[in-house]
Amino acid sequence: MITIEFLGPIQKAPLTLEASSLRDVAEVLKQDSEMTQWLENCAVAVNDTLVASLDTPLKSGDKVSLLPPVCGG
Amino acid sequence: MLELYEGGLNVPEIITRWYAEEAQFNYGAYIPFIGTVREEDGIDGLSFDVYEPILNGWFDAWQSKAEALGAKLKMAHSRGDVLVHQSSYIAAVFSPKRRVALETIEKFVEDFKVSAPIWKYDLRGGQRLYAADRSTPILGAGILGEKQ
Repeated sequence: MITIEFLGPIQKAPLTLEASSLRDVAEVLKQDSEMTQWLENCAVAVNDTLVASLDTPLKSGDKVSLLPPVCGG
Repeated sequence: MLELYEGGLNVPEIITRWYAEEAQFNYGAYIPFIGTVREEDGIDGLSFDVYEPILNGWFDAWQSKAEALGAKLKMAHSRGDVLVHQSSYIAAVFSPKRRVALETIEKFVEDFKVSAPIWKYDLRGGQRLYAADRSTPILGAGILGEKQ
């Protein structure tokens, strides 16, 4: 099982699910109407490292984080 | 050095302490950038969420770049609510010479605005409203929304 956490303004509790790559995560989240507005603009981190490919492999225990648009300062 | 605080920053304490900490290291230039919450569109203040694990990695990568130029970076940021006319952000660079300091502080602050995992909210009428229109997607964002 992997855990998905939603950071900042995404008001959503963490999810746990079976996934072998980010492609699986994308498929699940695309079915979730709450997430429609976020998938196009969120960055993704696996175990706190930003990643750039849907083919990023996942293994049990991994943490996937969704980071919406930022504005510090 | 990266410092996070609950609420508004104590600017005089932070910039004076940073000055003292580096006073004996032969830096010829110290440039602090201080970000203060302005009264604008009737807001009572701003509020911030910070994701520390990735923020730390981002800052460490910048510190390595600065060190390669003989410079050093420091940064302080608020979590939670910061009222109008309080400060939420200080970035500072120390460098032997001014040119590196001036160039580094500009690049650092600009990259901070589009890369640091910090989310801003307006405080208005007792509500905390995400500042979506002033926020920027992190480089590489959107992969989960790609057509497969």
